[in-house]
Amino acid sequence: MELTTIWFTLIAVLWIGYFALEGFDFGVGMLLPVLGHGERERRVLINTIGPVWDGNEVWVLVAGGATFAAFPEWYATLFSGFYLPLLLILLALIVRGVAFEYRAKRPEAQWKARWDAAIVVGSVVPALLWGVAFANIVRGVPIDADLEYAGGFFTLLTPYALLGGAMTLLLFLTHGAMFIALKTDGPIRHAARALALKVGVAAAVVAVAFLGWTQLETGNAASAALFLVAALALVAGLGAARAGREGWAFIGTFATIVLGVGGLFVALFPDVMPTTLAGGVGLTTTNAAATDYTLGIMTVVAVVFTPVVIGYQAWTYWVFRRRIAVHHIPEPVLAGTDA
Amino acid sequence: MDLDTLDIARWQFAITTVYHFLFVPITIGLSAMVAGYETAWLRTGNEQWLRLTKFFGKLFLINFALGLVTGIVQEFQFGMNWSDYSRFVGDVFGAPLAIEGLLAFFLESTFLGLWIFGWDRLPPKLHAATMWLVHIGTVLSAYFILAANSFMQNPVGYAFNPETGRAELTDFVAVLTNKVQLVTFPHTVAAAYMTGAAFVVGISVWHLVRGQGRDEGQDARMYRSAARTGAWVLLAASVAVTVSGDVQGKIMTEVQPMKMAAAEGLYETEQPAAFSILTIGSLDGSEESFAIKVPGLLSWLGSGSLDAEVRGIDDLREEYVETYGQDPGEAYYSAGDYTPVIPLTYWSFRLMIGLGMAGAAGAVAVLWATRRGRRLRSSRWVWLGVALPLMPLFANSFGWIFTEMGRQPWVVFGLMTTERGVSPGVSPAEALTSLLVLTALYGVLAVVELKLLLHYIVRGADAFEAPTQRDDDQDPDRPLAFAY
Ligand code: HDD
Ligand code: HEM
Ligand code: HEM
Repeated sequence: MELTTIWFTLIAVLWIGYFALEGFDFGVGMLLPVLGHGERERRVLINTIGPVWDGNEVWVLVAGGATFAAFPEWYATLFSGFYLPLLLILLALIVRGVAFEYRAKRPEAQWKARWDAAIVVGSVVPALLWGVAFANIVRGVPIDADLEYAGGFFTLLTPYALLGGAMTLLLFLTHGAMFIALKTDGPIRHAARALALKVGVAAAVVAVAFLGWTQLETGNAASAALFLVAALALVAGLGAARAGREGWAFIGTFATIVLGVGGLFVALFPDVMPTTLAGGVGLTTTNAAATDYTLGIMTVVAVVFTPVVIGYQAWTYWVFRRRIAVHHIPEPVLAGTDA
Repeated sequence: MDLDTLDIARWQFAITTVYHFLFVPITIGLSAMVAGYETAWLRTGNEQWLRLTKFFGKLFLINFALGLVTGIVQEFQFGMNWSDYSRFVGDVFGAPLAIEGLLAFFLESTFLGLWIFGWDRLPPKLHAATMWLVHIGTVLSAYFILAANSFMQNPVGYAFNPETGRAELTDFVAVLTNKVQLVTFPHTVAAAYMTGAAFVVGISVWHLVRGQGRDEGQDARMYRSAARTGAWVLLAASVAVTVSGDVQGKIMTEVQPMKMAAAEGLYETEQPAAFSILTIGSLDGSEESFAIKVPGLLSWLGSGSLDAEVRGIDDLREEYVETYGQDPGEAYYSAGDYTPVIPLTYWSFRLMIGLGMAGAAGAVAVLWATRRGRRLRSSRWVWLGVALPLMPLFANSFGWIFTEMGRQPWVVFGLMTTERGVSPGVSPAEALTSLLVLTALYGVLAVVELKLLLHYIVRGADAFEAPTQRDDDQDPDRPLAFAY
């Protein structure tokens, strides 16, 4: 296989890892006010992702860094072109990250309420905008002959792209609810499962619409197969949730995201960012790539260290495998903290 | 006012990076201190070390949160604001950045999660090891990002490809062992140890005089131990900073002679050249009315000999014009003025050294005043407690401002001017939105974090609490040892 293909694949893996992992912690963040009634329940929710959300977020940093190294032209065009959406994502990730760390550091109800809002907004915005961004990448945007993005902010908000955003939003909500059902005990667990079933149906409908549209426009045989299995995985996951098999249900949404995003990358290949402009030049794995020398070095590093990272991250999930319930949350120290 | 994308992008880079680098040195230094205290607790069983671990651990986390989120901006802004720069050097510069993420950021974030939530989940030794791993992650992160930065200071291991108009990597080992990198790394990491240690010393001194430790007893003994361990680290690190800084000066004179001339505001070549402690005169340093000078010191800094020649700005400018040409039309070369902003380089260089050395002097004072069980009696020590953490911290900022501003107008020395690195497709309005929103957010977060830090600093260390048993099955219903 050519090095550029290997790197296209590795970058796809990084994004897939990011969406499959941070997807559920976005979901948990968005569900904070929905499933968390009262301070202790909200703390149960936050603590299900407490030890892992930062590690999940690093997937996107490495995806960005790897794109910079392996496809500098892609990184440059994408990040300078999608300027405002990326700025919004950045702002969201900033307030969200600080919120997790600072929320518990003061007892006042108002303090916590503000950080809760930061967590919700900080989870909704990227969950929606990543979908919009990916839809645009797959379908293409106006890129001129100098490889510069020639559209504006609103060029990115087509119905197709918004549908893509709705899909990631709903999928992450479902994924997060499945995670909560898997990781908690007591009333939250049941509420989460019931909610996952409802949102999951909506997610399935939107996913079929978006992935079907994508398949018609840019798909190939392999992407069709992946989209199909993704849809089946979602249905199976929902079925498992109904039957009370929470582990399988979570694996179902996990697989849906892996296969669905994987299918998008397969549909994209060998382009990395096609152009919709007559006379423009689209970016491909060849014209956007770094030299073989750089790609070779990076391949060695990635092949050696990615399994190590996956190993210790998996171990973290094992260490914190226990379900959390309200009685595990220490009593509030000061009065007046329970909302 | 006519503000273009370039100016805005520069301001954003400066603000974000200097802001990021307020948290970074504390993170690097303090993670080592906290890991050290936890190890001391395991070795000796002395309760005070566990209390210090938890106390400074909490402050560490408050600081870490902001270091992390501002780091994300760093990672994105190369592509957003500096897309032509990214196209030009991505082949070389992207690799260390990606490797930093894979090797360092995953390590830091995952093991920090384990440390925070793992108090009753991991065996004690493993728990302490997680903080050491976090520390190793921070040092690895520093290595790779500084390798990337050193390439900008002194490009090595690449070839310019006129066909693609890009710098292409030819020797990765040369990039990782750039001679600038080999001194910048120890200098920066040692400066970070100074910062983390000064943080510990300052807070402990404050508690000894005003807070928990002001009366004889357990608390006083604990803060005394913290102050003294911190002061020793601070002192040792400042020796490393000075030695590495001295070598840096020589290498800098070799690879960027203009930066050395700019550090002194030296217009005419001199032999031997003096180093001025301070100068009063015209702002750009071309005329002086009063100066305190140490003869021969600049010669020493630049080449290790007291009577060596140091070349002045005027000479060097002529040489640069000859080397790099005046033709701005040529692909990645443009001329312009090869002189950095002199007042900024002059004063930032002095402030870096001055503030850092003041921190080291503070450490000596604390060690002397607390020798053989002595107590800090005068309430004036409070001022040292407050000032000490700030001195090496701001010395770091000034060090970076000097390094980066002294390199101007180049973004990659000799290869690409800063002007050419900026994103051509980003409008001033977009860039300005980003600058204003991010700066406002940084401002708010700075206030929040400072208040939170002060709250926990003043509250002091919690009482000793024996670590809970690890046995899961004994009582699956007991509350979490730590919860957000
Ligand atoms: C504080 C730490 C710091 C660090 C870690 C770096 N720099 Fe730097 N950089 C600055 C501190 C700084 C600065 C002091 O903030 C400058 C100098 C003047 C300015 O506007 O910002 C700056 C300027 C600056 C600019 C804008 C041009 C200018 O106005 O000078 C670019 C594109 C870079 N640097 C690039 C980098 C890159 C790619 C780095 C990654 C290795 C890097 N710098 C590390
Ligand atoms: C200008 C280039 C830089 C970029 C793009 C950058 C990027 C980042 C990113 C993305 C993070 C967050 C990682 C996480 O999620 O844990 C981060 C954190 C960190 N960075 Fe930077 N960084 C830069 C400069 C530096 C330098 C020069 C150093 C050290 C000398 C450094 C040291 C650290 C450390 C120790 C952390 C983790 C601790 C903390 O967040 O406070 N960084 N950086
Ligand atoms: C005698 C004392 C010192 C000398 C001679 C010295 C020398 C230098 C020189 C020459 C540079 C620029 C390197 C370049 O651009 O190529 C530099 C950078 C820097 N200095 Fe210092 N320095 C001293 C003390 C300090 C102290 C006390 C601190 C902080 C606590 C500090 C922090 C930094 C930092 C963060 C940088 C930027 C990163 C780098 O290029 O290493 N320095 N120093």
